[in-house]
Amino acid sequence: MNRFAGYRSPLPGTQPNHLHPQYVSSIKRAPGKPLVPIPYTLSEVTGPSFGGESVVAKASDLTQGHAGEPLGERIVVSGRVLDEDNRPIASTLVEIWQANAAGRYLHEVDQHRAPLDPSFTGCGRTVTDAEGCYRFVTIRPGAYPWRNHYNSWRPAHIHFSLFGPAFATRLVTQMYFPGDPLLPFDPIFNCTADEQARNRLISIFDWEATLPEHALGYTFDIILRGRDATPMGE
Amino acid sequence: MSLQATTSQTVGPFFKIGFEWLYRDNLIGEDASGERVTIQGRVFDGDGLPVPDAILEIWQANAHGKYDHPEDTQEKPLDPGFKGYGRVPTTPEGMFRFATIKPGPVPGPNGKEQAPHLVVSVFMRGLLKRLVTRMYFPADPRNASDQILNLVEPARRSTLIAKTTAGGPGILEWNVVLQGPEETVFFDLGL
Repeated sequence: MNRFAGYRSPLPGTQPNHLHPQYVSSIKRAPGKPLVPIPYTLSEVTGPSFGGESVVAKASDLTQGHAGEPLGERIVVSGRVLDEDNRPIASTLVEIWQANAAGRYLHEVDQHRAPLDPSFTGCGRTVTDAEGCYRFVTIRPGAYPWRNHYNSWRPAHIHFSLFGPAFATRLVTQMYFPGDPLLPFDPIFNCTADEQARNRLISIFDWEATLPEHALGYTFDIILRGRDATPMGE
Repeated sequence: MSLQATTSQTVGPFFKIGFEWLYRDNLIGEDASGERVTIQGRVFDGDGLPVPDAILEIWQANAHGKYDHPEDTQEKPLDPGFKGYGRVPTTPEGMFRFATIKPGPVPGPNGKEQAPHLVVSVFMRGLLKRLVTRMYFPADPRNASDQILNLVEPARRSTLIAKTTAGGPGILEWNVVLQGPEETVFFDLGL
């Protein structure tokens, strides 16, 4: 018997494979050999934590900290971080990064001929509260072209990075917006075979979270892997 | 009620914007105890070309073999100068380098000690979900009986063990190779 309880594996099709040829960059970067299954050990059921002291409150408002107001449609993105048993994951770091309203990243590699915004950097971070809730204020990112295939455009998205309680629960994903006409054409969004699973990456317009005269609200809940109930055999 | 884990997506080419504030290529805090090592290497793609936009995250125990985490209930001391987390992007030449200490051994699934190792997540554009691997230390007699290393076919185990360099005993080389005959062993953790 393994003395360490592991984390649950996904249902078939609910996570991408490493190789997804429609996403051309995966062809030379996905591993060619099968992954080697291993039992969980103390190394995988532990992991780093970043308490609230490492993240200042203003880091969750991407519209602040510059000389002026960023251009674009101001939005509030909030949600809960839960595990697969619907339990809140408190005090976990959430990092986001995104393009500006014109679809341009503040990054030296981004050569898209769209303007940078001197009032927008596009990075934020926060730590979930006791109920697993997080909240960011930002602007809606723009779509942008990329060189995956002819006339390829990324739908508007915000990158999310989460740690959860263990090395095993680390997750990086992307949040999309409802009704984006680019979603059916995007090989990254569509890398996940299960339609319901990929549609859960689309945030929900949230009237309750919308701030009158100020910002539209979107809700995006994030589910991290649940724990195996009992230590499993090897 | 059972929910399903959120689908992974690639970090893409612009992760620096969100990750840079926590870049950490020196895991050694003030007064951390243990044998100091610098680990350097490169990440190579399926064409053998260096990957300039990868990022590694490292997690490891301290020199006593204790993780700074509530699930590590071993009666071993925590080291206030050592947290065990590193985050290291590759350079335009596909290189990475970080300084740390050699961890002590931690228990394995059967209760027997594992050989000292780092666990490593690899992220990059083109990877729709992270890759998970381990780095072990050269010439450590405990490698031969390590339960995880022994799950790997013998010919591929060397991809998980750093090599000594001409730079001295404290400088180790370890590469991450994504494809081909020298492909690094990546582990299936059910991601």
